Amino acid sequence: MTLSTRLRSWKLSLVAATAAAIAVTGLAAEQAAAQDQEAIFLPLTVYRTGAYAPNGIPFANGSRDLLQMLMNRDGGINGVPLEWTECDTQYDTALGVECYQRLKGEGAKGAAVFAPLSTGITYAIMDLAPEDKIPVHSMGYGRAAASHGKVFEWTFTFPTTYWAQATAFVKYIAEQEGGEDALQGKKIGLIYHNSAYGREPIATLEALSKDLGFEFVSYAVDHPGQEQSAAWLSIRRDRPDWLLMWGWGVMNQVAISEAGRTGFDMERFIGVWWSGSEPDVRPAGAAATGYKAGNFHGIGTDYGVLQDILEHVYDGDEAAARANNWGEVLYNRGLVNYLYITEAIRTAMGEYGDVTLGGEEVRWGMENLNITAERIAEIGAEGLFEPIQITCEDHEGDGPVIIQQWNGESWERITDWIEPMHDMLTPMYEEAAMAFAEENNVEVRDCE
Amino acid sequence: VIYREAGQFKTSYAADHAIFPILQDRVFIGAVLLVAYLVLIPFVASPYFLVTIMIPSLIFCIAALGLNVLTGYAGQLSLGTGGFMAVGAYATFKMTTMFPDLNIIIVFLLSGLFAAGGRRALRHSVLAHQGLLSRGRHACRAVLPDLAVQPRRLVLQLRPVGHHLDPPARPLRHRHRRQRRHADGALHRGAVAGRAVRARGQEPGAQPHGRMWMAVRDMDIAAEIMGIRLMWAKLSAFAFSSYLCGVAGALYFGLYLRTVETIAFDIVLSFLVLFMIIVGGLGSVLGSILGAFFIISIPILLTRVPDAFGIPIGVELARHLETIIFGSLIIFFLIVEPNGLARLWQIVKEKLRRWPFPY
Repeated sequence: MTLSTRLRSWKLSLVAATAAAIAVTGLAAEQAAAQDQEAIFLPLTVYRTGAYAPNGIPFANGSRDLLQMLMNRDGGINGVPLEWTECDTQYDTALGVECYQRLKGEGAKGAAVFAPLSTGITYAIMDLAPEDKIPVHSMGYGRAAASHGKVFEWTFTFPTTYWAQATAFVKYIAEQEGGEDALQGKKIGLIYHNSAYGREPIATLEALSKDLGFEFVSYAVDHPGQEQSAAWLSIRRDRPDWLLMWGWGVMNQVAISEAGRTGFDMERFIGVWWSGSEPDVRPAGAAATGYKAGNFHGIGTDYGVLQDILEHVYDGDEAAARANNWGEVLYNRGLVNYLYITEAIRTAMGEYGDVTLGGEEVRWGMENLNITAERIAEIGAEGLFEPIQITCEDHEGDGPVIIQQWNGESWERITDWIEPMHDMLTPMYEEAAMAFAEENNVEVRDCE
Repeated sequence: VIYREAGQFKTSYAADHAIFPILQDRVFIGAVLLVAYLVLIPFVASPYFLVTIMIPSLIFCIAALGLNVLTGYAGQLSLGTGGFMAVGAYATFKMTTMFPDLNIIIVFLLSGLFAAGGRRALRHSVLAHQGLLSRGRHACRAVLPDLAVQPRRLVLQLRPVGHHLDPPARPLRHRHRRQRRHADGALHRGAVAGRAVRARGQEPGAQPHGRMWMAVRDMDIAAEIMGIRLMWAKLSAFAFSSYLCGVAGALYFGLYLRTVETIAFDIVLSFLVLFMIIVGGLGSVLGSILGAFFIISIPILLTRVPDAFGIPIGVELARHLETIIFGSLIIFFLIVEPNGLARLWQIVKEKLRRWPFPY
C-alpha cells in the first residue's frame, strides 16, 4: 500500500466515523424531542465492570427493566415520564462519589433519590445528600443505625438491615438446634468481606452471643476476596457449628467453592442476602448444593410484574429476558428496589400532584410510604415482598427475612417470613443514631 | 526569539533550583494561575469540576510529591503509600472526633506526623532497616515490598472491630451549608494545605537534605565516603515522604471520601501514586503535579466523552474503553518519553528557545 492510498483509506474511515456519529446524535435528539413533559430523574449507580460485576449486572438489569416496563406500559408514573442514567462505580467508593457528583444535578429537578448499591458509597454520600436535598435509599445495606428517622432524616434503609438479618439468622439457627437454650456452647462463625459492609453485623452478633451464650468467631477476607485460604484454614481448625457469610462479588464464589473443598456441611452455611444469587453458587458446581442464604423478597418469575416485563420490555421473548438475568435473585432485588422507589414517588404524587418531582418531594413520599397487601396485589408483586409502612421515626419498616436454599439448579424458599428481633434492634438503632447525632451535632427531629 | 534566558543571571542556589527558573515560565504560569483563579474557578467551573477533578487531583499532587521524594530523589522504592495515607486519614478522623474545636487545617497538617512518626510506623521503619542498611538499590527493593504490606496490616489493626470509622461530618458540614460554597471552601482548604506542604517540598534538590538524598540515590558508597550518614539520609527521606503521604490521606478522607474504608486505601492506591510519578517524571516536583492531574482527571474525562457526544453506548463499554485508552496513553507516553511528562515539558522549552531557528 503506498502512502497516498493509505492516507486516502484513513481519510475515508474518518469521514465514515464522523457521518456515523452525526447520525447517532441526530437519533438521540429525536428521541429527546418525543417526550415533551419533563421527566423524573433517577440516577442508577451500577457496577457492570470490575470484581463485583457478576453480582452488579443482574441487579442493574432488574432496576433498568422495571423502569423500562413502566415507561413502555404506562408512559411513566401517573403520566409523568421517568428518565435514568447509569453510572458505573465498580463498587469503588471514590468512583461512587464521582457518580454522585455527576448525576445529582441532572434532570429537570435533579436526582429524585439515590440508591448507591454499596455500603461504602452510602457512608460517603450520607452527609452530602441532605445538603443537596436528595434522599438516600440503602435497601438492605448501608448504615443500620440510619433506620432511626429522627436523626437520619434523608436516609432510608427499608425493608430491613444487616443487624435485623443477623438476628433473623440466629433465630433460624436456634430453631434448627431446638430452641434458644440449645445455642449454649455452640460456635457460630462469620466469614466477612473486610470493609464497612462486612463488619456491619459483628456488633449485633457479639451482643447476641452474650445474650444467648453461643461462641462467636469471625474471619476477615480482604477485598476483592479471591484469596481465602487463610480464613478457611482457621475455619477448619475452629470447626464452627454454623457459618455465616457477609460476602460480595467474587468473594462469594470463592468461599462457596472453598467450603465445598473443605467439606463444610453446606446445610450449616448461611450467606447474607448479597451472597445468595445464581452467579455465587454456579461456579462451585454440585458442591454448592444445600447452601443457604437470606433474602427479603420472593424468588422466581411467578409474579405479575415480572410477566409484565417479559411482555412489555422483551415482547414475550423469554430467552432474551433470561439472557438479561430475568428472574434471578439479584434481578428481582434490583426490581424490588425500584418498586419501592416508584411506589414512594406515587405516594409523593398523592401529596404534590402528578408533576415532575425532585428529591425533597420524594423524601416525603418515602417517609409516608405505606404499601398495603391490596396495593402489592395491584402492582403484581404478591409474594414478592411483604406490606410495609414507613414513618418519620422508623425508616426501616421492620421487614421480615426468608431463608432460601440452593438445590443444585435453582434457589428454593425453605422458610416462612422470619421476624427479626425488633425488641432488641429498635433500641440499638436509637442508641447508635443518638451517638452519631451527639458526635456530629445533628439536630434530632421531633416526630410528634 | 521571545523565549530566551539570556540576561537572566542566577545569584543564589535557590534561584537556580527553582521549579520555574526562567522568567517567561513564571510569567506564563502566573498568567495561567490568574486566569484559573479569577476567571475559570469563579465563573466557569462547576461544583462537579471542583469536587471530582480539582480536589482529588490536588490531593494526589501531595501524595505523588511524597512518593517522589522517596523514590525519585532518595532512590527507595515504596509501595506503602496507600498505608501511609490511611494512617493520615485515620489520624484525622481521631483528631476531629477527640478535639472537635481544633482548626481543620491544623488537623490535616498534624495528621501527617502520625504517618511519619507514629509508633507503629517507626516499627515499620525498624523493619525496613535491613533494607536501609543494605547497600545498593536492588537489595533495598527486595525488602520494600514487605514494607508495603505492613501499613496495610496496620490499618486493619487500627480499626475497632464491628464499628465504623464515621466521617467527622461536623467540621466539614458546619461551616459550609451550601454545596457550592462547600466546594469552594473545600478547594480552598485543600489548596492552602497543598501550598504549605509544597513550599516544604519545593525542589528538594535545592536544599542540603535534598542533595544528601540524591547523593545516596546516585551512588550510596560514594555518598558514604563523602561523609553522608546513609541511615539518616534514608530514614529522613522515609519520614518526610510519609508525612506528605499522611497529609494527602487526611485530605483525601476529609475533603473527598468522608469515610475511612480499608478498601479505599489498599495496594491499588499505592500503585496509582507510583504510576503518577512514573508517568509524571521521577525526581521532579513538576512531574508529580503533572502525573497526579493526568492519572486522576483523564479517566474521568474519558468516561464522559461518549456521553458528551451523545453516543449511546453502555456504561460497561464506556468503562472498558476508558481502561483501554488510558492504558494506551500511559504506554504511549512512556515510549515517547520514558522520563515522564516533566521531561516533555523540558523538551518543549528547548524547542521554544530555538524557535524560530531550529538547528
